[in-house]
Amino acid sequence: MINTFVGNLGHFATILAFVSAVVTAFSYYKYSVASELEKANWRNFSRILFYIHSAASVVIAISLFEIIYSHRFEYFYAYSHSSMALPVHYMISSFWEGQEGAFILWIFWNVVLGLVIIHTNKTWEAPVMVVFALVQAFLVSMIMGVVIGDLKIGSSPFILLRDALSSPIFQMNPDFIPADGTGLNPLLQNIWMVIHPPTLFLGYASTLVPFAFLMAGLATKKYSEWIRPALPWAIFSAMILGMGIIMGAYWAYVTLNFGGYWNWDPVENAVYVPWLIMVAGIHTMITFKKSSTALKTSIVLVIASFILVLYATFLVRSGVLGDSSVHSFTDLGLSGQLLIYMLFFLAAAIFLSFRAWKHIPTSEKEASVYSREFWIFIGATTLGLMAFQVILPTSIPVWNALVESFGGISNMAPPADQVGFYTKFQLWFAVVLALLTAVGQFFWWNKIDGKTLKETLVTPYIISVLISAVIIVWGKVYDVSYIIVVLAGSFTIVANATILAKLLKKSTFKLAGGSLAHIGLGMILIGVMFSSGYSEVISYNLSGLTYSNSFEDEINKEHVLLWINKPTQIKDYTAIYRGRQKKVVGVPGLVDAKLLKKAEGVNQAIVLEDIVIDGKTYHREGEFVQIVLEENDYYKIDYYKEDQFAFSLSPMAQYNTTMGLISSPDSRRFLNKDLYTFVSVVNDFDDPEWREDEVFEVAPGETFYVSDMVTKFESADVVKELDGMQLMDGDVAVKAKLIVQDYDVEKVLEPIFIIRNNQVGRVPVIENELGVKVELTNIVPEENKFIFTVNRNQKDYVVLKAIVKPQINILWAGTIIMLIGFCVAIYRRYDEFSKMRDKGLE
Amino acid sequence: MKKGHILGLGIIAIAIVIIVSMLGDASTYESFATAKEMKIKGEEKAIHVVGQLKKSEMGEVEGIEVNENKTSFYFMMVDNDGTEQRVFYNEPIPADFHRSEQVVVIGAYKSDEIFLADKILMKCPSKYQETEVSTAGM
Repeated sequence: MINTFVGNLGHFATILAFVSAVVTAFSYYKYSVASELEKANWRNFSRILFYIHSAASVVIAISLFEIIYSHRFEYFYAYSHSSMALPVHYMISSFWEGQEGAFILWIFWNVVLGLVIIHTNKTWEAPVMVVFALVQAFLVSMIMGVVIGDLKIGSSPFILLRDALSSPIFQMNPDFIPADGTGLNPLLQNIWMVIHPPTLFLGYASTLVPFAFLMAGLATKKYSEWIRPALPWAIFSAMILGMGIIMGAYWAYVTLNFGGYWNWDPVENAVYVPWLIMVAGIHTMITFKKSSTALKTSIVLVIASFILVLYATFLVRSGVLGDSSVHSFTDLGLSGQLLIYMLFFLAAAIFLSFRAWKHIPTSEKEASVYSREFWIFIGATTLGLMAFQVILPTSIPVWNALVESFGGISNMAPPADQVGFYTKFQLWFAVVLALLTAVGQFFWWNKIDGKTLKETLVTPYIISVLISAVIIVWGKVYDVSYIIVVLAGSFTIVANATILAKLLKKSTFKLAGGSLAHIGLGMILIGVMFSSGYSEVISYNLSGLTYSNSFEDEINKEHVLLWINKPTQIKDYTAIYRGRQKKVVGVPGLVDAKLLKKAEGVNQAIVLEDIVIDGKTYHREGEFVQIVLEENDYYKIDYYKEDQFAFSLSPMAQYNTTMGLISSPDSRRFLNKDLYTFVSVVNDFDDPEWREDEVFEVAPGETFYVSDMVTKFESADVVKELDGMQLMDGDVAVKAKLIVQDYDVEKVLEPIFIIRNNQVGRVPVIENELGVKVELTNIVPEENKFIFTVNRNQKDYVVLKAIVKPQINILWAGTIIMLIGFCVAIYRRYDEFSKMRDKGLE
Repeated sequence: MKKGHILGLGIIAIAIVIIVSMLGDASTYESFATAKEMKIKGEEKAIHVVGQLKKSEMGEVEGIEVNENKTSFYFMMVDNDGTEQRVFYNEPIPADFHRSEQVVVIGAYKSDEIFLADKILMKCPSKYQETEVSTAGM
């Protein structure tokens, strides 16, 4: 029976959330302009409204999760994003796989942030919450799913399948409920996809806070006071956005197979750009707090970071990217709404800023070259240019759409080599940034002139040159541009470490945020240079095949074909593909797929042989076991170094009917490098093409060749019982035992020959891995000869790509240090704000 | 001139460099005919061509040849103007390649006969457009 209650509840909560958001905005507006006497009333009223809005938003989220959790496939959202086989933690990923769920997540975070704002601010509450409530109204409208005439407002996640799809089945039976959903995109079936989107959306949501403080400041003529409460939030936002970016990069590294962590894809760029601008904004805001300059720049940057988040959402979710991104969302008809949302806040921000512009205090004095303001301003400018360089080409599809909307024709396409194109600018900008942070930090903590600057910088400079020399020689960095990167990176690490040591000696850890974050930047720079610049494909094809075609020989084959059990040289290693594995619930590691046989239920299998790992028996023959996502196969590849077994890697792949081969890498982690491998082609067992019969006539003890493998016909015996077959009186069953030698692996094949009532029955053996089918076709007792019919097929194989990524751990360590730096800075700035607030100087 | 002005000019100069480099490095959408003209003119830039796989009258994809070691393949593509072209791709064949509705190849002519793709984007029948619901649960 179709359950319409949950959907109706969710839809009702959506409408309630929208209405309450609009009324909250109005009420908070009244509160901010009300007279002192009425303020308390308006405040309580507004807060209650916002609590109602919060409760409604939570109910939206719970309703949607209930639909997924209870497998209510009568709902389109559950049908298209989930399935019975999905474990609970991936149901969480299903929740935000669709755009509607992602908007709900965003709404939820805004509610949390709004509640925190209400309880940590006094005078700022009213105007800030006006902005919050307006944003919420826009966001909730995205999932409203209200149709007025031809106008569709939002796309509701609570629609029923029968309303979403026009399948004939619903005309016959309107109450039809599919037995299973179409499942979650397998690429999202990853633990990082459970935590990455919430982090990223918290980042998106948090850019609203400094923006809301700024709008509140401009509207209430507190042109500079907004900086203090906004600053810890701006740092928080940059920290969370940064963390979201890193998580996304890490997810790509462990799940996707483009061979790296960053691909300059529009979706990645769309988050990177607001982050850069937010970081620039933090720096100018800090400068303003110190010396009353750069207020106007701060205003522009805070507005830009918020609007860029909306623009990013528009780019990714409007369908305008089309072909140019691998993970752009399908158009739900929300592009117009998203555009209005963005333009509304852009217009409001521009209007308020223009009105306030001439009242905004500026500093007339020219910044000296030896002042920290000057250097920070250069740094912020560099960040701004970096953002500009990325957002411009990322928007090429938008430029095309714009030209075409005015009747022109534009055939511009994104750069063919995206990585090379962006890197050649971003790398040098990052080098400039690294140098600026090193010099800037000295200006920041000491008032100095040219002479003392030289004196203080000489020691860090010499140390960093020495360190660079070691890195260059040891890491064999002989490319001039990479040498410069190493120099800049180690210079910023050494210079900031010097400052850090001084700060820790003199005062508290609280001030260390800046230097820590900058040390992180230096490490990221060096880590990226090694892991990307010196990333090396080692799976060159060394099979010795020659081609008739001349141009193909010039192109390096970056993948290698591994036949099962056949040792193949991959640079320093010998790799041997050993077959498929499965992940079984309750068993550590992976289990050979040949020990399991698929059973009736979803993710269920029968054990064919005892599962023993390290001497412990986990499951006995005949038991039922639960597989973790049965469609996932892990391809075990053993690596040998100098004839010694070194390690095994099991990259995952699944054949997905809608998306083709989904392949995830498996990497061997060393301290100084990763060996990153993934499979790009796998064999299809389901549809074998057996070649013609080959007939062998052999006596027991003789050897012959099956598919080029030495095969010994060990024995043939009359057997009394057979697995899975009832023998009757008078039946004669003969089981032959063949031992096939494939490299270092011996396989026993036992085809069976039965005579019952003068009829002959044959049970052939199909060995998928070796690609052979053997049948005991006949027995010639007079000559003691046995006749076998052999059909050949392809042996099992994988096509593998292996890449070495040097020093990638420096990159990950750098990102962690940078995030810690941000956290220290948040603590310090929030502490400042709360002390001033408690003094009544909010 | 004040320092601020020099700085401003510097920023504008860098911004112009960025824009010019974007225009220079941006690829374009071409047909096989115009791509060949570019090759004859000596332009080596990688371009985008949009089209479909060549299909027989029966609707079966034809002209795919996978090399013996399975690490690269050739296929026949028909661009939106109807020009047929043999394309080489130095990567293993994607599992659902023959099912793709639309193919975008990014690359350039290597010789007069062969278009060498550096990258292929495929558009496959999306699950969002699926209108057939499995009736297994009836």
